[in-house]
Amino acid sequence: MYIWIWRRLPGAWPTKTATALGIVIAVAAVFWYLVFPRMEAKIQFDHGVVQTPAPSGSATPG
Amino acid sequence: MRTVIRGMGELCITAGLILMLFVTYELWGTGRYTQGQQDRLQDEMLHNWRAAKVTTEKVKLGKGLAVIRIPRFGKDYRFVVIEGVDRDDLRKGPGHYPGTALPGQVGNFVVSGHRTTYSAPFNRLGELDRGDRILIDTRDEQYVYTVTDRRIVEPSAVEVTAPVPFHPKRRPTGRLITLTTCHPEYSAAERMIVFGELAETLPRVNPAAGK
Repeated sequence: MYIWIWRRLPGAWPTKTATALGIVIAVAAVFWYLVFPRMEAKIQFDHGVVQTPAPSGSATPG
Repeated sequence: MRTVIRGMGELCITAGLILMLFVTYELWGTGRYTQGQQDRLQDEMLHNWRAAKVTTEKVKLGKGLAVIRIPRFGKDYRFVVIEGVDRDDLRKGPGHYPGTALPGQVGNFVVSGHRTTYSAPFNRLGELDRGDRILIDTRDEQYVYTVTDRRIVEPSAVEVTAPVPFHPKRRPTGRLITLTTCHPEYSAAERMIVFGELAETLPRVNPAAGK
């Protein structure tokens, strides 16, 4: 998979490395700012609130 | 065949790297969010405190209510207490249960906070001993509470938030504080509760610097 991408990147190896780094950073940014904040709400494991019924999963605050 | 196996391997490595990035986000990225919100709410609240007092003043949900400081956790330990305990409130900092007493009032001032992630304001609650001070700064006063007890309870133990903890029907006479957070760390199986009572009321110190 990665070799396939690498072959398709244009230019010599310095250009390829720079492009690859740029892609990695872009993907990481998408995860960090868009995917993780939404995912975090779904799998939240830290509940500090006491309430009835006991909080579980994402529907409840904590 | 070899290509398929290699592709699977690459996928697994990628998934692992993404998971590591997610853990970093949980432990560090969420704290950065809280710090940003705390700075903003602190500025906003101090600005309000400097302005003339409105007699009908009531703190809105999601806004700063007071500042909590616990000397045992160090000089720099300071969090703005948010009004409200919804998920979005607690992401900004420790939250005050709406409807429970306000700082210094007769009854129970109940504050909940994250033990881990989102700056983990109540991470070290387990280190508090009887007699440790909890300082609550409000517009005009500083309320000094001292820790009286620490318990581990079920997540459904709402009776700890009663005006008289564990006795929901009883009329309050004392001025209490209750801090709740999750227990054990990184879990939501139980709750750690710290009780305290008002020891003294002082004028808020150093209002110019807002500290």
